[in-house]
Amino acid sequence: MSEKNEILVQVDHLKKYFPVKGVKGPGVQAVEDVSLFIRRGETLGLVGESGCGKTTLGRTILQLYNPTSGRIVYGGETIFQGDDPWPVGEDGEKHHAKVAKGKQVNMLPYRRKMQIIFQDPSASLDPRMTVGEIIGEALDIHKLCASKQERTDRIKELLGMVGLNTEHANRYPHEFSGGQQQRVGIARALAVKPEFIVCDEPISALDVSIQSQVVNMLEDMQQDLGLTYLFIAHDLSVVRHISTRIGVMYLGSLVELAESYELNKNPLHPYTKTLLSAVPVPDPEVSRQRQRIVLEGDIPSPMNPPRGCRFHTRCPYATDKCKEAAPEFKEHAPGHWAACHLLG
Amino acid sequence: MEQTVQNEKTGKLLEVKDLRVSFFTPAGEVKAVSGISYDLDYDEVMGIVGESGSGKSQEAYSIMGLLQSPGKVIGGSITFEGRDVLSFGKNEMAAFRGSEVAMIFQNPMTCLNPVYTVGNQLIEALRAHDKKISKAAAAKRAMEMLELVGINNVQKRMKQYPHEFSGGMRQRVMIAMGLICHPKLLIADEPTTALDVTIQAQILELMKSLQKKTHMGIIFITHNLGVVAEICDKVSVMYAGKIVEQGPVDDIFYKPGHPYTVGLLRSMPRVDAESYERLIPIEGTPVDMLNPPEGCPFAPRCEHAMKICLQKMPPYVELGGNHRSACWLRVQEQLEREKAAGTAPEAGAAPAAENEQEEVTGRE
Repeated sequence: MSEKNEILVQVDHLKKYFPVKGVKGPGVQAVEDVSLFIRRGETLGLVGESGCGKTTLGRTILQLYNPTSGRIVYGGETIFQGDDPWPVGEDGEKHHAKVAKGKQVNMLPYRRKMQIIFQDPSASLDPRMTVGEIIGEALDIHKLCASKQERTDRIKELLGMVGLNTEHANRYPHEFSGGQQQRVGIARALAVKPEFIVCDEPISALDVSIQSQVVNMLEDMQQDLGLTYLFIAHDLSVVRHISTRIGVMYLGSLVELAESYELNKNPLHPYTKTLLSAVPVPDPEVSRQRQRIVLEGDIPSPMNPPRGCRFHTRCPYATDKCKEAAPEFKEHAPGHWAACHLLG
Repeated sequence: MEQTVQNEKTGKLLEVKDLRVSFFTPAGEVKAVSGISYDLDYDEVMGIVGESGSGKSQEAYSIMGLLQSPGKVIGGSITFEGRDVLSFGKNEMAAFRGSEVAMIFQNPMTCLNPVYTVGNQLIEALRAHDKKISKAAAAKRAMEMLELVGINNVQKRMKQYPHEFSGGMRQRVMIAMGLICHPKLLIADEPTTALDVTIQAQILELMKSLQKKTHMGIIFITHNLGVVAEICDKVSVMYAGKIVEQGPVDDIFYKPGHPYTVGLLRSMPRVDAESYERLIPIEGTPVDMLNPPEGCPFAPRCEHAMKICLQKMPPYVELGGNHRSACWLRVQEQLEREKAAGTAPEAGAAPAAENEQEEVTGRE
């Protein structure tokens, strides 16, 4: 870790639309105008319901998806910059505009620094490769090992780091339990000595008693290797535990971003409040007493998101203003950002 | 129907005694459920907590007669309102299932038929058990049920197909379908696991209010202790096919008597935690059910494991107020208490434990 407050990843007005065949307009607006930064050595948590675009945001930052527009800066270097091909016209609708193709850099050197851990370990490991080959593949692509011996040693070292036996290198993924498979996924991500890892729901597919093992391991790795995490999950209690700061997403947009403790103590956005109150607490006394805000209805389709504030269709405090204009994502207290008209 | 439920409210709704379920696989016998007992009153909600593979779903399937080959009930009894469920013939079982006991599953999409409208499926569920009811009357009941579970615009919704509903709405349809024949017992197998927290909150609130209205008994199977704290009156904690601890919900959370329960509670981060605390995980991996360890199945992962834990399954020790736990530590405590009081060991757990007194005290 070099400077404490150095910004490692910065994202400005990032958008990711998935075009839909036979549909006019921008298609699925999965990530809509997200701006955030991640400091070196911290964990930024991202929470939201399924379909809110948190996974898409993570993958777009890594450029596993081509961003539609916006800017991504990694370690001071701009790795993507592009203009918005769907600006909002005077009528409030999005119209296509011809813009130059976004500027992209060759990602290979950056892939070494930015890695990802996927949600479903059994689906993200090739069933026809041994664990040793899976981890070794990453080393080969980036030509990190000069000799065969070095490569074997490195694979063994990595397996040891994630708490697996060195003999496990010759086994296939199906021979492992879910928790062990996830450890293999983590070892693969660590193989190239990355600085930044996107953890995309790394524990939701695991058993309760295994989840805490993996969470602790991720924390230890961060300490030892000085890693920076973007931790994506829908389980607010886990995100709250592991993150330095938390961003809350709703329908493609960030609605609130604050320090983990602050967000929990003092949530500003109505959506964050409902999300916090919806999380079941393993304490019968507390759950009997607390008042829960239950949201009506479901998340609208990102194909056709509501105008104005995207949350207004489910917000208990929505006013006419919310239906017309989208609120600005503003800093309301030091380090505490939120997008809501009610906050002024 | 509700009246009969009221009249029969004395006595137990469901009694399960020493139930054993095995799967005869080519690799050998898997004892998915090995000797569990519990009972459920009318108007009571019991949670069954356990990890995947702990046998919590198989146990529920055996009540419904839904065990899939090569699974078989190989021992024990299931008594529902005084009738032996395991002796039911095919027709009896078909009449019993749905009308008296209903089940809702984890993934509503795979449980609803994609090629029939929701209304069609609701009416079918009703007419399967009540042959005399007219189509119009059945449709009316179906719409009432949909309204009851909080679905708007029922006229239109009846004519829609499952894919036109969102996940939460589908789970509401499943609940409506389960409750349409006014069952006395509802088995909910991880009904909120596939849903988002905000939708989960909706469904839990719905189930709580429906339970209050209908006074049915509910068996709520889940791995989420937060959900248990919210909805259940009592809890059975399962590990490797056995109930390791059983008791009222407050006792389980505030006075857990089994190291596995303690471990589960400790390993979960809490959203309302005041400050950062490192999680204390349960080390090791879940039991391989093909080769379960001898003795207590949790012993290989237990920080308090003694010599005897690896040799013999502990008996249940009563911890007061229907709270019991199967752990040698509790046996040891009980023996010490009795020694101090100078009384002879009571019937039940103690005699079995008496012989092992020396072994127990010889802690590793």
